[in-house]
Amino acid sequence: MSTETIAAIATGMTNSGIGIVRISGEESFPIIDRIYRSKNGTKKISESASHTVHYGYICDGEKVIDEVMVLILKSPNTYTTEDTVEIDCHGGALVLKRVLETVLKYGARPAEPGEFTKRAFLNGRIDLSQAESVIDVINAQNDFALESSIHQLQGTVKEKIRQIRGAILHEIAFIESALDDPEHISIDGYGERLMRQLELLSSQIRELLLSSENGELLKEGINTVIVGKPNVGKSSLMNALTGKDRAIVTEVAGTTRDLLEEQINLNGITLNVTDTAGIHDTEDTVEKIGVEKARASLNRADLVIYVADVSAPLDQDDKRIFDFLKEKKVIVLLNKSDLQQALSEEEICSLTGENNYPVLSVSAKEGDGIKELEQVIRKMFFQGEISYNNEILITNVRQKSALEQALESLDMVRQSVQDQMPEDFYSIDLVNACDALGKITGESAGEDLVNEIFSKFCMGK
Amino acid sequence: MPCVREEYDICVVGAGHAGCEAALACARLGFQTIIFTVSVESIAMMPCNPNIGGTSKGHLVREIDALGGQMGINIDKTFIQSKMLNSSKGPAVHSLRAQADKAEYSRRMRMTLENTDRLTIRQAEVTELMVEDGRIQGVKTFSGAMYFCKAAVLCTGTYLKSRCLYGDTVYHTGPNGLQSADYLSESLRQHGIELFRFKTGTPARIDRRSIDFSKMQEQKGDETVIPFSFTTDPEEVQIDQVSCWLTYTNPETHEIIRKNLDRSPLYSGMIEGTGPRYCPSIEDKVVKFAEKERHQVFIEPEGLYTNEMYVGGMSSSLPEDVQYQMYRSVAGLEDVKIVRNAYAIEYDCIDPRQLYPSLEFKKIKGLFSGGQFNGSSGYEEAAAQGLVAGINAAMLLKGKEPLILDRSTSYIGVLIDDLVTKENHEPYRMMTSRAEYRLLLRQDNADLRLTKMGYEVGLIDQERYEGVMEKERLIEQETERVQHVNIGANALVQKVLAEYESTPLKTGITLAELIRRPELSYDALGRIDEGRPELPADVREQVNINIKYDGYIRRQLKQVKEFKRLEKKKLPENFDYDQVKSLRIEAKQKLNLYQPVNVGQASRISGVSPADISVLLVYLEQMKRKNS
Repeated sequence: MSTETIAAIATGMTNSGIGIVRISGEESFPIIDRIYRSKNGTKKISESASHTVHYGYICDGEKVIDEVMVLILKSPNTYTTEDTVEIDCHGGALVLKRVLETVLKYGARPAEPGEFTKRAFLNGRIDLSQAESVIDVINAQNDFALESSIHQLQGTVKEKIRQIRGAILHEIAFIESALDDPEHISIDGYGERLMRQLELLSSQIRELLLSSENGELLKEGINTVIVGKPNVGKSSLMNALTGKDRAIVTEVAGTTRDLLEEQINLNGITLNVTDTAGIHDTEDTVEKIGVEKARASLNRADLVIYVADVSAPLDQDDKRIFDFLKEKKVIVLLNKSDLQQALSEEEICSLTGENNYPVLSVSAKEGDGIKELEQVIRKMFFQGEISYNNEILITNVRQKSALEQALESLDMVRQSVQDQMPEDFYSIDLVNACDALGKITGESAGEDLVNEIFSKFCMGK
Repeated sequence: MPCVREEYDICVVGAGHAGCEAALACARLGFQTIIFTVSVESIAMMPCNPNIGGTSKGHLVREIDALGGQMGINIDKTFIQSKMLNSSKGPAVHSLRAQADKAEYSRRMRMTLENTDRLTIRQAEVTELMVEDGRIQGVKTFSGAMYFCKAAVLCTGTYLKSRCLYGDTVYHTGPNGLQSADYLSESLRQHGIELFRFKTGTPARIDRRSIDFSKMQEQKGDETVIPFSFTTDPEEVQIDQVSCWLTYTNPETHEIIRKNLDRSPLYSGMIEGTGPRYCPSIEDKVVKFAEKERHQVFIEPEGLYTNEMYVGGMSSSLPEDVQYQMYRSVAGLEDVKIVRNAYAIEYDCIDPRQLYPSLEFKKIKGLFSGGQFNGSSGYEEAAAQGLVAGINAAMLLKGKEPLILDRSTSYIGVLIDDLVTKENHEPYRMMTSRAEYRLLLRQDNADLRLTKMGYEVGLIDQERYEGVMEKERLIEQETERVQHVNIGANALVQKVLAEYESTPLKTGITLAELIRRPELSYDALGRIDEGRPELPADVREQVNINIKYDGYIRRQLKQVKEFKRLEKKKLPENFDYDQVKSLRIEAKQKLNLYQPVNVGQASRISGVSPADISVLLVYLEQMKRKNS
C-alpha cells in the first residue's frame, strides 16, 4: 500500500451546486484535523466514527476558507481501502480550488490522473473487468496533463522557473563537488553566501506564487472559441470583447491565420477567448494551417461563439462548421446587424436544428449587442451549463503546490544554515526544491546534477 | 589434439581488485575456484593512484568489509598514511582514505589468495568462453587448455585489447607494460555481448631524490587513525605515517600544455575511447577551466621501499619531451627525474545494462562480471562489484536467491543499480551525490546496514554477526533513553553549558534536545546525565548521530519507505512488454531491451514515464488476479 497521501477535486468544477475534495492515504486524518474546525471549535474530527458526516469549516490557520460537510471514511471500507476524507464544499469553483490548495499545503500531494481508481484497483477494491478502463483513464488524463502542464505554461513563466531551478542546481553542484573533492574545492564560509542566494530565489518563487493567485501561470477560465467563415467579423468581435485592437481587422478574407488568445473578465467570470482563422475550403497552405489550428482549438473549447455575417447568405462552409460543433455549448451571433440583411434568424435555426442555440444580433464593429452577449454567457455560467476548464485549474493547483513545496524546501535549507548544520545537509533540501520545480518544467535532477558538477567545477586527480 | 582439461566450480578471469574479491568469496563459500591472471606478480596491483578509499569510495570499502570482503582488512595492514576526509562536515560525508604501500598491498592480497582453501591461482590468458544453450560451460586459455565450470566471473579490468598512449607513442599492452588480453573481446561479441571502448589515464611516477620538498606544503595523516575494517583493532593502526606533499601548476605549465595540445592523442583524435570527466587529464583541466591560474598537484609516495612518487592531479598523454617540460615547470619539480611516463589507456568494456542487478549476464546463464570491465572506474568500485558477482556466482550454484542490494541499503547498491539501469558514457565513479539516501548510508554504520546480509550469505561468522546485533540493541536502547531524560536548569547544568558556550537553560529540557545543539554532543553531556550506562565508543557515536540528525534521518526513512514500495514489485524474467497494450512505444522498447527486475528499476530507465509505471502496476495486478 502506498504511503503517500493524495488529494484531488472529485467532481466537475461547475460554478453551481457543490463540489467534493477527496483525500486518501495514511495522512488523511492528521491533515483534516489540522484544517477542520467544528462549529464549537473543539472536536477532533478524526476521532469520530467511520462513515459519519460533520458540519464545520475548513481553515488555513486563522483564515476560514469555506463552510463544509466532512465525511470520515476509515480504512478498509473505502473506495481506495485507505483512510479517506471527503470534503463537500459549497462556495463554487474557486473556493473548491482553495480548499484543495489548503489540503495540499497541510501535507497531501496532488493526485496523479486516475490515481484514486488506480489505488482502488491495486488494493483489490474494484473488479478485474474494470482494469482496462483504469488504464485508459490513466493514459487519457496523462496525455492531457502533460499537454497542459508543459505546453500551456506561458513561455516567460516556464523560463523563469527554469532559471530558478538552474540556480538551485548550481548551488547543489558546488556543495557536492566540494564534498566529493574536498582537497580541491573549499566550501568554507559558504553558508552566508548561500543565505543571500536563498533570499533571492525565495523571493522569485514568491513572485511566481503571487501571479499564480491571479491565475496567470496558466490561463484559468472558460475556454471560449470564436469561429466562423472568413471575414464575418470574428476579429472585430474579439476586439469588442477585449477592448483592444489586437486582432487585425481588414476587408480581406483570411487575415487571421493564427490563433489569437486573450483573457477577459466578465464581472468575475474569466473567459479565455481564442480568435480563429475563418474555416473554409482553402488551397492556401498558410491558411490551411490556420484552419487546422482552429479545429484543434474547437476540440478544447468549453464555449463556442459562432459568428455569421447577416449581410451574406449561408453556404456549404457554414454547414461544415456546424458539423464540428456537435456536443458543444454554442452561442450564435448574427453580426453586421448595421448592414443590409441577407440572412434571417430562421435560416440559421434551420441549420442548427434541434440544438436550440441562443441566437443574438450584434454589430461587433459598432459595439451593439455586446452587453447582451455578456449577459447570456453569465446566465449560462450560473446555470452550470458551462464551466471553468477543470484540467487547467487542476494543473494550476499542481504547479502552485510544486512552487510552494520548493519554497518550503528553501526555507528548510535556511533553517539548516541557521542551525549551523554541516554543509552536506543543505543539499538534501536543495535537491527537494530542485525536484519540485522540475515537476513543473519536466526535468529531473539526477544526471543534470552530475553534468553540472563536471562542467562547472574542476575535479581532482 | 591433446590438451589440458580441468574442472572447477567457478572460474574467475582476472586478479585485480574485482577478481580477488570474487575469487575469495567463491572459495570461502565452499566452491572449487580458479583465478586466472596474465601475471601472478600483478595480483591486486594498483596501477594508478596509491590510495584506497576517498570520498564515497571509503564508504564502499567499509561496505565490502561488512559483507565479508577483503579490501578493508588488506589496506589496514598495508597503509602508510590515513585521513578522514570531510571530518568537519556531516557524518554522512566523512570518508576514509589511506595511502597504500602498493607493493605491500599487492603482496598481502596475493598471500591471502594463496592461502585460501579451494582457491587455485593460474597464470594464463583466457581467450574464449565456452557457452552452450545460453549457459556458461567453461573457458579456454591461449594455450588451448580448457577449464570447465558451472559459473564464471569476468573481471578483466582494463586489459581487453588495451592500448597505452602518450604523444604518438603507442604500446599494445595493459597497464604498466603488462600483457594485454587480445582475444576475449571477439569471443564475447560472438556470444552477442555488446562492447564499449573506454579510456582513462595516469600521471608520471617520479624519483623522490629529484624533488625539492622545501617548495611544497607537507600533508600529514590524521593523529588518530581509524581503521577501514570493522574487524581491525584500532590500536593496531596507530603507526608512524609518511607524508604527502602539495604543490601547484602555474601559468607557465599551462602555456607548455597549450602549445603542445596538438601532440596529445586526446586532441589529435588518436584516442577513440570515452574518458572520465571526474579525473580529467591536466590537458583537459587547462582547456576546460582556462580561467584557473593554477591546479593542485599532490606528490604521494608509492610505498615505503621505493623512491617512486605519484604526481596526483597531472595525468596526461602528452609526448615524453613535453611531459618533462610540463612537470619541471612545477615548483619543487624543477630537476625532476621521471621513472615512468604518464599515459592514457584505452580498453574494451561492456555496456553493463546487459547485466541483471545480480551482475549475471542476461544472455548467458552462469556468467557474471565485475569491475572496470563493467564500465566503472576505481579500485573500490571494482572490488565492490567483484564481491557481489562472486557471491552471486556462489548463490547460483547453491540454488539460492542472488544478493541484490537496493539503493537504500548501500553505496554498493547505488553503484550497481546505476550501472545496470542508467545510460553511461564514461567510466563510472562513485560519488556521494549519487546516493539519494546518503544520510542513512554512512561509513560509520556500514556494519549495522550490511553485516546481517554478509552473515546470511555465509561470509560473516556467527560471532561477528552477534556482535553487531548486540551493538544494534545497545544503540536502540540508549537512543530511546536519551529522548526521555529530562535535564533541569540546575547549577551544574548551567556550568557545563557555559563551558561549551551554549545558551543557559530557562526551563527543563530533554537530553536529546540539548544534544541537538550544534556546539554540544552526546559525549559532551556525560556529566549531567546521571543514569548514563557505560557504552563503547562506536555505540556512543551512533546514538549521537541518531539524536543530532533525527529530523533529517526520519525524513529520509520516509522516502525510503516510498522507494521500497516499487522495489518490491517484481517483474517477470524475459517478459514481452508488447503484450501490455497501453504502454507507450518508447517504454515498450526500453523495457523489452533492459528487462528490469522490478518496477522500481523500470521507473529509473530513461524513457519510461510515471504513466507507464502506473500502467505496468495495473497490468501486474491484473495478471496476479487472473492467475489466482
